[in-house]
Amino acid sequence: MRSEGSSLLLKLSALGGLVFLHGPLAIILLYAFTTEGKSYQFPPPGLTLQWFAVAWNRPDIWAALTLSVNVALIATGLALVLGTLAAAALSRTRFWGRDNVSLLLILPLALPGIITGIALRSAFNLMDLPYSVFTIVLGHATFCIVVVYNNAVARFRRLSPSLVEASFDLGADAFQTFRHVVLPNIGTALLAGGMLAFALSFDEVIVTTFTAGQQTTLPIWMLNELVRPRDRPVTNVVAVLVMAVTFFPILAAYWLTREGEHVAGGSR
Amino acid sequence: MSDLALRRQGGLSAVIDTLYRRPRIFLAVLLAPPLLWLGVVYLGSLFALLAQSFFSLDDFSGVIVREFTLSTWVQLLAPANMDVIVRTVTMAALVTVADGIMAFPIAYYAARYARGPMKAAFYLLVMMPLWSSYLVKVYAWKLILAREGIYTWVLDKLGIEALLDWYLSLPVIGGPSLSASYTGTFIVFCYVWLPYMILPVQSALERVPGNLIEASADLGASPRDTFRHVILPLAFPGVVAGSIFTFSLTLGDYIIPQIVGGSQYYLGQAVYAQQGTAGNIPLAAAFSVVPILIMGLYLAFARKLGAFDAL
Repeated sequence: MRSEGSSLLLKLSALGGLVFLHGPLAIILLYAFTTEGKSYQFPPPGLTLQWFAVAWNRPDIWAALTLSVNVALIATGLALVLGTLAAAALSRTRFWGRDNVSLLLILPLALPGIITGIALRSAFNLMDLPYSVFTIVLGHATFCIVVVYNNAVARFRRLSPSLVEASFDLGADAFQTFRHVVLPNIGTALLAGGMLAFALSFDEVIVTTFTAGQQTTLPIWMLNELVRPRDRPVTNVVAVLVMAVTFFPILAAYWLTREGEHVAGGSR
Repeated sequence: MSDLALRRQGGLSAVIDTLYRRPRIFLAVLLAPPLLWLGVVYLGSLFALLAQSFFSLDDFSGVIVREFTLSTWVQLLAPANMDVIVRTVTMAALVTVADGIMAFPIAYYAARYARGPMKAAFYLLVMMPLWSSYLVKVYAWKLILAREGIYTWVLDKLGIEALLDWYLSLPVIGGPSLSASYTGTFIVFCYVWLPYMILPVQSALERVPGNLIEASADLGASPRDTFRHVILPLAFPGVVAGSIFTFSLTLGDYIIPQIVGGSQYYLGQAVYAQQGTAGNIPLAAAFSVVPILIMGLYLAFARKLGAFDAL
């Protein structure tokens, strides 16, 4: 008989790993309430809610937040369309060059973001394209496609092709088939993929620094504060805000795909 | 019925109907938009960048000379630049190994022992840090490693400041403070990329068939032998899959070493500085080829080890 149950050492090291992963995030939460505004003093001398009010009244933060949300929404929309098309094409077919297509999809995430960023930037310069929301979206959509694709492709594989054929045989046209047969089957996977893509875009900074020009997304605002801290307490609050904005889409994506065998966002 | 028949003849829809009956063409139509996007926007920019590595920067005027030359590539081989490459690759390798070691117990416990709600909790506990903001995570370490911050407080409470001072006095891994040393950079890299290692390892471990483990035990192997000769080899592609992320992400990162670490440059910073302040796009382009080349070799190697099935 082999022994069931895990050894104490395994339990402790797994627990230790989880503490290591979550400790720093808890610390961010704590610092948002500190009364100390000039340094990173620990333990905080006192706790206060005042910095949330200060951050609320900062127009620069609102502007950055709005830009980030807009970019993430447009990029997610584009990625949803392109990622779903790619998943529909690659899920059940085998053709020459198929592996290269899936490699191309994953490449923007597999290669370091700085390369994507600098490549796009120099291409914009070559084409004399001025920096705008559009240039930021161009970069974000590129690496969001694979996130949607990963979620959709697993669901497409489980969608029996005979369902689609039956729909056609019963007289439905292509749009009706997509609307009433395909979409209900892949809907939650798309929603999950879309939420993960939103979270990814909302948080992106490496590519964005190259494609944003003078515009400030929320991550760029944070990066400026990280390099040269001016408003430590407000930065702490923004950090909590960013965590919250990405937390809920991820939780929702998890609930939407939890029945499936597929792990949403398993390979970011 | 006539209504349906009419609708089926309607423009675009009829076209799609016809296409669906020709799988090859239908496939091409589906693939065209994503391939055009990635091909034009992504590959196009990438090749445009790489082509510029064959241009050079005029040192006096600071203008890019658009003539074919290999001088930029010769410049890349300068000892100072080679140092940057070696430093970055070493760091990426160390981070990958450390993350592999740290990820294994978590992945192993989650895959083999956690059941039901516990498993869901484990999964979420790994997913949350993976998806929470990169900058927030780096910022957390800036808070922790600050001189007046937590780690000084903890060391003080434990009374082991002398130990840290001794550690910081060591060559290479030491430095003026933890947040200005290679060790600091290393810790933050390990932290930020750890979840990327856990998930592929966990999914590889979950695919190890239970009956293989039982067979191994029935044939008289001790749990330790089973682990070494059955579980570890089968889970290895997962480790390689995870290492693609940890390695690639470390190679290209230019923010972490800038926030936590000494003054020495890493590849990402070198690329950033060349294209930014120096305005030397050709050299930045040549520098970018290095991680692409390394990752290309790495991916080919990973494919051989079966890592792509574990992604």
